[in-house]
Amino acid sequence: MARVLFLLLLLLPLPSGAVEPDEILDDPALEARARELSKEIRCVVCQNESIDSSNAGIARDLRILVRDRLTAGDSDREVKDFLVARYGDYVLLKPPVKPKTWALWFGPAIILLIGGLATAVFLMRRPRQPAAGTPSLSEAEQARLETLLKDDPPK
Amino acid sequence: MWTRRLLFILPLAIFLIAGAFFLWGLDPERDPSAIPSALIDRPAPEFALSPIEGTEGPGLSTADLASEGVTLVNFFASWCLPCRAEHPLLVRLSQEDGVRIVGINYKDKPEEARKWLEELGDPYARIGADQDGRAAIEWGVTGVPETFIVDAQGRIRYRHIGPIHPNQLENEIQPRLQALRQ
Repeated sequence: MARVLFLLLLLLPLPSGAVEPDEILDDPALEARARELSKEIRCVVCQNESIDSSNAGIARDLRILVRDRLTAGDSDREVKDFLVARYGDYVLLKPPVKPKTWALWFGPAIILLIGGLATAVFLMRRPRQPAAGTPSLSEAEQARLETLLKDDPPK
Repeated sequence: MWTRRLLFILPLAIFLIAGAFFLWGLDPERDPSAIPSALIDRPAPEFALSPIEGTEGPGLSTADLASEGVTLVNFFASWCLPCRAEHPLLVRLSQEDGVRIVGINYKDKPEEARKWLEELGDPYARIGADQDGRAAIEWGVTGVPETFIVDAQGRIRYRHIGPIHPNQLENEIQPRLQALRQ
């Protein structure tokens, strides 16, 4: 049982970044911070890939830059600001919340709200019982309906 | 009555807005991968580069950009094919139109860069060698070639990504150079 479990564990996909051995910092805590930060920074020449997982040349340069700045004592915030000043918000995989991006962040919720309200209004307005004006069957009609159903029962 | 009319106009309005959006999206001139530069109208970043090894050039740093009028800053590399395509344009621009062009040689082997300049001509007033790509990061460059217009005060005024086509030179770059030179 333990052996099977071990084999299954081997099959688990491991998070494999593109970080190369020569980039890794000696300080494991700092390296861990660099890895986390790198996951939030876009490789600017790739399609929606972080610099942590991209092996493009510029991604490597940015990874080294992130590590250099962390080693120099920058906070995570400062590293991000440094990159945003040069590459714009585009360099962050998660766009910041600011007036320019409100439509992006709150748009879907607002559309859902409008849709929900419209649905609610529609359902509330719909009469629950058939309108009083709808004529019901007369007795003769009812009798004929029953004979028709009896003659040709539903299959 | 009024709300009823609104109810009829609303779908039309939504259709028009969506239609305009799709029209914009289908515009073949629009480049969806273009990223607006964060550096436009900002001072050129701090950097200091030594010349290409084995040349007698003076190297390039931030101070060289604000001292001699409007400058074209061109990132290039000998291994970059599109750079080869735009190079004759730069040579012509510097020789015939007297535009001051400085080059940043991006991650290149010095001997290859020297050979390239000998072979294709050297339009650059100064060249800095960016061996580790740090200066390129300072400029927010994503790849070569890239070209910036820097005004006489050392502020970045325009960014062009990729090789310069003759019609882009004529329609986008030269008018801006002329306007800034006056």
